[in-house]
Amino acid sequence: METKAFQKIYTKISQITKATCSLKATNIGYEEMAIVHGRLAQVVKIVGENVTLQIFSGTEGIPTNAEVIFLGHPPVLKVSDELSGRFFNAYGEPIDGGPVIDGEERQIGGPSVNPVRRKQPSEFIPTGIAGIDLNNALVTGQKIPFFADPDQPFNQVMAMVALRADADKIILGGMGLTNDDYLYYKNVFDNAGALDRIISFVNTTENPPVERLLVPDMALTAAEYFAVDKNQKVLVLLTDMTLYADALSIVSNRMDQIPSKDSMPGSLYSDLAKIYEKAVQFPDGGSITIIAVTTLSGGDITHAIPDNTGYITEGQLFLRKDTDIGKVIVDPFRSLSRLKQLVIGKKTRADHPQVMNAAIRLYADAANAKTKLENGFDLTDYDERTLHFAKDYSEKLLAIDVNIEVDKMLSTTWDLFNIHFKPAEVGIKQEFVDKYWPKN
Amino acid sequence: MTRGKVAGIIANLVFVEVDGPVHQNEICYIKLGEIKLMAEIIKVMGTQAYVQVFESTRGLKINDTVEFTGHMLEVTLGPGILSKNFDGLQNDLDKMEGVFLKRGEQTNPLEDDKLWEFKPLAKPGDVVIAGSWLGEVKENWMPHKIMVPFKFDGKFTVKSVTAEGNYKINDTIAVVTDANGKDINITMVQKWPVKIPIKAYKEKPRPFKLLETGVRVIDTLNPIAEGGTGFIPGPFGTGKTVLQHAISKQAEADMIIVAACGERANEVVEIFTEFPELDDPRTGRKLMERTTIIANTSNMPVAAREASVYTAMTLGEYYRAMGLKVLMLADSTSRWAQALREMSNRMEELPGQDAFPMDLPAIISNFYSRAGFVYLNNGASGSITFIGTVSPAGGNLKEPVTESTKKAARCFYALSQQRADSKRYPAIDPLDSYSKYAEYPEVIEYFVKNIEPEWPQKITLARDILIRGREVAEQINILGDDGVPIEYHERFWKAEVIDFVILQQDAFDKIDASCPMERQKYMLTSVLNIYKTKFSFETFDEVSSYFKRIINQMKQMNYSEFDSEKFIKNEKELNTIIDERKTA
Repeated sequence: METKAFQKIYTKISQITKATCSLKATNIGYEEMAIVHGRLAQVVKIVGENVTLQIFSGTEGIPTNAEVIFLGHPPVLKVSDELSGRFFNAYGEPIDGGPVIDGEERQIGGPSVNPVRRKQPSEFIPTGIAGIDLNNALVTGQKIPFFADPDQPFNQVMAMVALRADADKIILGGMGLTNDDYLYYKNVFDNAGALDRIISFVNTTENPPVERLLVPDMALTAAEYFAVDKNQKVLVLLTDMTLYADALSIVSNRMDQIPSKDSMPGSLYSDLAKIYEKAVQFPDGGSITIIAVTTLSGGDITHAIPDNTGYITEGQLFLRKDTDIGKVIVDPFRSLSRLKQLVIGKKTRADHPQVMNAAIRLYADAANAKTKLENGFDLTDYDERTLHFAKDYSEKLLAIDVNIEVDKMLSTTWDLFNIHFKPAEVGIKQEFVDKYWPKN
Repeated sequence: MTRGKVAGIIANLVFVEVDGPVHQNEICYIKLGEIKLMAEIIKVMGTQAYVQVFESTRGLKINDTVEFTGHMLEVTLGPGILSKNFDGLQNDLDKMEGVFLKRGEQTNPLEDDKLWEFKPLAKPGDVVIAGSWLGEVKENWMPHKIMVPFKFDGKFTVKSVTAEGNYKINDTIAVVTDANGKDINITMVQKWPVKIPIKAYKEKPRPFKLLETGVRVIDTLNPIAEGGTGFIPGPFGTGKTVLQHAISKQAEADMIIVAACGERANEVVEIFTEFPELDDPRTGRKLMERTTIIANTSNMPVAAREASVYTAMTLGEYYRAMGLKVLMLADSTSRWAQALREMSNRMEELPGQDAFPMDLPAIISNFYSRAGFVYLNNGASGSITFIGTVSPAGGNLKEPVTESTKKAARCFYALSQQRADSKRYPAIDPLDSYSKYAEYPEVIEYFVKNIEPEWPQKITLARDILIRGREVAEQINILGDDGVPIEYHERFWKAEVIDFVILQQDAFDKIDASCPMERQKYMLTSVLNIYKTKFSFETFDEVSSYFKRIINQMKQMNYSEFDSEKFIKNEKELNTIIDERKTA
């Protein structure tokens, strides 16, 4: 963003805090961008002639006589096909050494889609991971986060999902990504030969935290360009939204706002919803699907960040280490895809919903049996059988290294039912039992 | 009209320097280039009005001009509201162009050019007051009454009513004369401020009729009365929205208003997509014909969220005044409370608990009190039954919105995480939930007369069985399967039969999704008979596998059409299973 000739330059800053500075200026638009001492800033408050600017990279070293230039527009991203395969920082500037993008300037954080113009999501996104496809099927236009503790391999699973999913563009919005993880994504995408359909906006832990606030809007503005203008299926990966929310709380704190639960700003729900609700199925075939990561502290989902996220997103995915089989599985109890009803049994085989529910119910019975065992009680024959079933189910279906088609997942489940149970114990509609119960 | 100039901007709170009188909650428009942003006064300090803008304030500048309108936020009432999709400010979303919402775009909620078939109901010489019926038009299949505007004060005499025929909404359909002999023309449209309740009725008795929802755990165990209020709090993922949608599809109401307030857009899209396709089981028409949707989804402007629930309630009151049964659903009232919190925070008010404004409980109970069953001045009755969802932060029911709502609503449908985790849907906890209406003598009398004389006792018995089932379940957990007598297992499993057959219901199954009262009565009687039957068992192992067969058989009954061949066949098989171990 360059300055133009005859622009007014202000040099009298009246107030400086850790994240903001204020000065007297006139004819300034709300949310307009500015350059303060060479750093990008945005108008966050105007009272009379007093304008308060939020400096994204912090105010360290800014003098009271610093040059302030207003750019006359809100933050923008230049969009065109040239975005493909490129890496950018939070401001949309290339960080891969390549040329500057040439294209149409679009304001980021633009308007929402008219709800009556949305289409109901109905396209199944197979990932090959049974813990997802069988129990928590994903749909285009959906928004769903991984709720994971920092030590879980969520970045790996997300990269795997991204590459297997059939998407025209994959847009990575990295917030507070460690350099190692950034390089991991870069490598995985590179090795898969998929770099040309991937666009990344990255803020690493080395960058100032407040800059992160721009990343989701940048990523989603690019996504809207491809989904609306080009009718493409776009998958947006946002990691880690917890660090995004932390940045929000830093800003609200420095603006002297009264914090609500867990010292998060009172507007956290709306702030997060504005991002996640960009996930949409457009009428002309384009779509934006968002898969995000929200890291938890000690698995606590009642914290304001995962809690508000859960109310916004269409389900959540939990990873868990299953010590019985020594692998990471997609937890069938706590994971949920709210949109799965739109595709399972419709885009997949008709017995899918009932098979899914029956298996999970039996898996829950196994969990009860396990508790009984731990409390030193005798197990019934049924309990024993559920435990054996649970182990097989975990190993053959829930583990994240499974990569099979949905029909195969269903037939595997029927096989497991047959090995361990009688039809009456499974409790599935008779017509499906007649059709699919393996005949020995 | 008073005018003003922008003097300060913090997000969607704007300070306006005014040049004349303004009043609290007055609507104004801020000019931003070619477009006008709608805003509402929420505080006045000297010559500065604090206004909340219903849209994004991006690009707004100091000294931009503001025009005040002299009235509060109003809705337009008249034929054409049904089947519409409005935003929180009653803009018709379908009339907006383009995929994205444009700032400042306002659309007409009704159609000025559409012709309606008018039939007069009043005749010259009739004395009328606000809310009196002058005539009616057919809106979809519903008789839509054209009334004396609610703003009219005092008595009027009808001078003339137009003859039967086709008219547009702005045509004069009647002339009335006020006490001073002045003639006033009446059209089919009127306006009303959303924050003020419409009181065009004679009296508001206690609700006494059952409102059937088709959801067994509600109708049988925790019934809601017509004109009653209820709320559904629950952590995310426990099925609040699925339950609300199920109720809206099946409830025996003349009109459904769904206020999607700060929730997911895809959930509204589900209604947009499904309701025009789904048949209304009672009329055979499409569900959408009796539905109006107010959509202010979570990514739409926050300030309009608060307005959206009031807009919805006012539309409900309008239809109630026509003598109709209105069911209003709001999902979720927590989002509305959060919108209040955001604004209170920006105004730097002293916060109450969890930073919510201090007057939150008063605002909530005021709103709930607008529902109710009423007798109109002409003796007809109408009602608004209101069910709101609450999204408690962290699933903690001790948070301010849940607590305030608990004081206002008479039915409480507690969604339990535990039931949701074990996929026992709908996850309404049968014992934590309550319906105050079930204790009303007039409601009990209604049950005795309209369902069966033993119904109240049956409900009590079912509850007792569930309580005892829960108790023995705890004992079995502590003492172990073989540490308790076999009859404990039997008692536990008899409670499970109620759980699986009555409480659980498959909202995605075509037949099981909606269960009419007649069928609920039949199934409850069946499970209670099983409860009363004595069985013989040798070991506790036999108990669980035996009752699982019973449950499986009864579930097949739930999946079959009532009284169909399949249903009867399944019931026969059930009886065979029962006879296997029946002793008395």
